[in-house]
Amino acid sequence: MKTVFVTVGTTSFDELIERITTPEAVQALKGRGCQQLVLQVGRGSILPESDSCYELGINAFRFKDSIAEDIKCADLVISHAGAGSCLETLGAGKPLLVVVNDKLMDNHQLELANRLYKDSHLLYCTPSTLVETLKTMDFSVLSPFLPGQPKHFADFLDRALGIQ
Amino acid sequence: MSDWRKRVAVVAMALFVIFAGLSFIVICFIVRLCIVIRSGSKCKPGEKGPICVLVVAGSGGHTTEILRLMESLSLSYSPRHYVIADTDKMSEDKIRTFERSKKNTGSEGQSVHAVYLTICLPQFTLQRIPRSREVRQSWSSSVVSTLNALLYAVPLVFRLSPDMVLCNGPGTCVPLCAAGLLLGLVGLKKVLIVYVESICRVESLSLSGKILYRLSDYFFVQWSSLKDKYPKSIYLGRIV
Repeated sequence: MKTVFVTVGTTSFDELIERITTPEAVQALKGRGCQQLVLQVGRGSILPESDSCYELGINAFRFKDSIAEDIKCADLVISHAGAGSCLETLGAGKPLLVVVNDKLMDNHQLELANRLYKDSHLLYCTPSTLVETLKTMDFSVLSPFLPGQPKHFADFLDRALGIQ
Repeated sequence: MSDWRKRVAVVAMALFVIFAGLSFIVICFIVRLCIVIRSGSKCKPGEKGPICVLVVAGSGGHTTEILRLMESLSLSYSPRHYVIADTDKMSEDKIRTFERSKKNTGSEGQSVHAVYLTICLPQFTLQRIPRSREVRQSWSSSVVSTLNALLYAVPLVFRLSPDMVLCNGPGTCVPLCAAGLLLGLVGLKKVLIVYVESICRVESLSLSGKILYRLSDYFFVQWSSLKDKYPKSIYLGRIV
């Protein structure tokens, strides 16, 4: 896991950014072979400097038009529970660790992350269990996430609307 | 005394007539609505030619999902009118990029008719209406802004007169589907309402979904847990 990409989407999730840059978390990441940490921090108040850690290369930014390239280059994606981030990462076939913001209650976006966790497509933790999870996580237990089939929709609609 | 009684009788009679009249209108409306909704399964616009589609794109995730669906549809679905909220620049870019790529993947394996359609008919248009509901907007002000959006939706839908409305849950889709229903109610054209609940919805429907569950002709969900709760829905697995 040379490159780890952390993304919080359009929200802010300072607790995640704070936790992932603590010495313990950095040690755990290094233990996994991580050399480069890329952080997308969104509207958060913390934007780590690139020289803030001498053990890992850190590259932090707020937003990009598309994070597809960052996902493609990453060996592990650590994400908030947002549906868009989860689907984009799984769609790219990358291992995904979702960190749930337990301070946000009644967030319907959690529904999807929760289900994907139950169907063992991703790993799941909270900011307080992040370091522990980084040490013990095992992605070999996950099953691949197959892409959705819009063709089934098109075939159904063609039949229903009488298109030959 | 009897004069007073007479007056009461007249007023009561008048109230009764008004009440009966209103009830009659309401019942007629409901019956008509049921007939229009029921007629969906028999409505096969594809037998007559290309299908004019009104696509309701929302913000961000909604647009990405609906374009995944549009990608799978053949050129028999032409022209395609995309409706976006007037504050949404990102969706416009996504739609233009998508339509450009659709054009490029032309001709191969398509009938002469389809090729003719690509060349001769306007492929797609972009339409804007005011946003009917911002995320986390309160209920009461949502009602007002949805009514406002309806004022724009009705003329738009009557002008475009689509064969079907395709949407997946942004607030904007409710007034547009209502306008589509209205077209059917007044007997001008049956507009099929195709609703695809967002993949984000696993355990519960979105507000738009709850409203359109009974009013739509084809209602798709993407998780079996929702199919169990809403038996009228169509479940084909994940389709985006």
